[in-house]
Amino acid sequence: MSDSHSATAKKPRDLAAEKGLVNVQIDGEWHQFPKGTRMIEACRQVGQEVPHYCYHPKLSSPGNCRMCLVQMGMPPRPTPGVEPDVDEEGYQPIGWMPRPVIACANTVSENMGIKTRGELVEKCREGVMEFLLINHPLDCPICDQAGECRLQEHSVEHGRGESRFVDMKVKKPKNVDIGPRIRLDDERCIMCSRCIRFMDEVADDPVLGFTQRGTHTTLTVHPGRLLDSNYSLNTADICPVGALTSNDFRFQMRVWFLKETPSIDVNCGTGTNITIWTRGNQIHRITPRHNDEVNSTWMPDSHRLNFHYIDAETRLTEPLIKEGGQHRPASWQESLELLTSKLEQMEAGQIAIIASGRMCNEELFLSQQLADKLGCEAPTLVAREGEADKLLIAADRNPNTTGAKLVLGGDPYAGLDSLRSKIKDGAIKALLVFGEDIISDAGFADTDLAGLELLVQAHHSTNPTALAADIVLPTATFAEKRGSMVNLSGRLQRLNRAIEPQGHARDDWEILRDLGAIDKDTHLIEDVFNAMAAKVSEFSDLTLSKIGHQGLIVTETNHKILLLEKERAAKAAGKIVG
Amino acid sequence: MAIIKVQRPKLKFGEKIYLGALIRGFFLTMRHAVRTILGKSVGAGTLKSSGTGVTMQFPEQTWDDQLPEYYRGAPALVTDEEDRERCVSCQLCEFICPPKAIKIIPGEIPTDDKWAKVEKRPKEFEIDMIRCIYCGMCEEVCPEQAIYLRKDYLITGYSREDMVHDKKKLYEIGGKRVGLVNKWNELK
Repeated sequence: MSDSHSATAKKPRDLAAEKGLVNVQIDGEWHQFPKGTRMIEACRQVGQEVPHYCYHPKLSSPGNCRMCLVQMGMPPRPTPGVEPDVDEEGYQPIGWMPRPVIACANTVSENMGIKTRGELVEKCREGVMEFLLINHPLDCPICDQAGECRLQEHSVEHGRGESRFVDMKVKKPKNVDIGPRIRLDDERCIMCSRCIRFMDEVADDPVLGFTQRGTHTTLTVHPGRLLDSNYSLNTADICPVGALTSNDFRFQMRVWFLKETPSIDVNCGTGTNITIWTRGNQIHRITPRHNDEVNSTWMPDSHRLNFHYIDAETRLTEPLIKEGGQHRPASWQESLELLTSKLEQMEAGQIAIIASGRMCNEELFLSQQLADKLGCEAPTLVAREGEADKLLIAADRNPNTTGAKLVLGGDPYAGLDSLRSKIKDGAIKALLVFGEDIISDAGFADTDLAGLELLVQAHHSTNPTALAADIVLPTATFAEKRGSMVNLSGRLQRLNRAIEPQGHARDDWEILRDLGAIDKDTHLIEDVFNAMAAKVSEFSDLTLSKIGHQGLIVTETNHKILLLEKERAAKAAGKIVG
Repeated sequence: MAIIKVQRPKLKFGEKIYLGALIRGFFLTMRHAVRTILGKSVGAGTLKSSGTGVTMQFPEQTWDDQLPEYYRGAPALVTDEEDRERCVSCQLCEFICPPKAIKIIPGEIPTDDKWAKVEKRPKEFEIDMIRCIYCGMCEEVCPEQAIYLRKDYLITGYSREDMVHDKKKLYEIGGKRVGLVNKWNELK
């Protein structure tokens, strides 16, 4: 059309087309977006959040909630042979459509106009909100979602404030037990179908669906089935209202009291990014945190719920010294002095250290420094193999195997069998065990350890090894300490302290420092990281703060996270925004 | 801002030595003493004092029936006409409380309970009366009309623990309050 005589002054459409972009006018301002961008994403990128319920970038877009209605316009089609009108900037005039379109399932095109404000759009939103609230119960004081509920938020922003509806509300099942970890309240459901699509598309266990029609539409689980997938709690995360809530978090605490701490999961080598929600010194829940290179926005239930041991009865809260077969509480100073003096009596070859793949890089580094100082062999780690699933859980259940390889060098798990035989032979007289229960998890028998003159256990919870130990040192759990770990894909990530350690428990690195692994005046884990970065080439030029909340790739491993592979395939096929 | 200089009042000699004022004050006191003995002091009847004057013999005598309708005393929880707990432990009062006097531990109503429909009630509800400033914000914010400021002002105790009102004590002070709350029926 106009391409033939635009040699001197290129039109905006040609300039954009050169980069594979299209020009879109949003609320009167022109922007450029890649072809195929959803209208809702385009608006979000320029700071215009379009309210929505059913749309989720990681799921398909059925466009059934109608909340994201916006006004759209295209240039009028000119008569054949007639040049279209252009303004002085080279854009064609926009012919606004009299009816709205949904922004979530439509893509942008050249010279398109979008209005996210204006009378038509506001009327639409108000109308949709009114329809959604017709049958919605006034449960907010009871509902766990209150405070993070999209319906509440959009009601304040786009609702009318008062109901015009005088008839009885439709009654549906409440407090339905649909699975071991999820509770369903059908009256609160606004039929966005996010949970149904999640179970179908991501968890690959399509047990949820709608029955009945119209105002009686009811979310149900398939007859004879349960919502018992190991990813079921993600449905509670994505539910925009309080229809699906977590049994574990049910009525525990209102969300507005909770403090969010970004951290990472330590239950397997994937290193899922998490947010720890705490009030005071108590963890109330853990939810996945968005990271497209690790866990997308999901996490498995088994990992999410594994935090109750932190304030359980089994926690060790003060150092213990065994005297006459009985443990007695002791101060840190006494236990560390006793330990140091006992180690001094040993010969270098008689001491061995077992560390853990659940320790951070800094702690592993210090345990190696301690081994150098004592003159014993490098610390050995205990391998922890489980079953991988097809999504996020890795077979390696140690979160920091890659980090241990970088820090300690070689295969950190290799030395365990030779160490075992050395202990049986009596060649090793003193064994320091950090963060591992070697009787339960490494196949050591009580009789194996009987020949030791000194067994030290540093662990957060009581266990058979601690019972057998001469000195027990209480340590911090993953939520109580800071540090860094490297996941199976080689990504260096950061743990953050969400709560203070229970009782007198201390960080492993502080214990290692007090045993002489590093200068006594080291008080910050940042300094330990810097000392480590000077020795480990992968971490050179890095500091703890440079890692950021999304992590950094420090080594190539070729590890594939299956969920991400699946998600990228769906994105390439255009099924999801991603 | 303009500065206004205030002139010191010029006192006469009689005023400067205060003697006249002292004598006038003496006679005023004596007049009240006599009127008190005769039982004619100001408010002797209306204030229901001991009869010998305006002084109230607290705590044998109290001013309870003189308290205005809007008096803000101890906050307390109320039950409805069927003795159901109105509070659903939404924790808005805990959130709004300026001195952080309220502590709630939420709990679930067991499904075999007669009023299980409401699902939630406080497991523990504590108000620390040492902290409470009687501002009434808890009453104002409560969406279930479950907490009210009563006229109780005699909150005493021998220890800090005594001064913490637990759930039992709060319902004891609060008593019953009738009025429509829709959460137990099918209307909400």
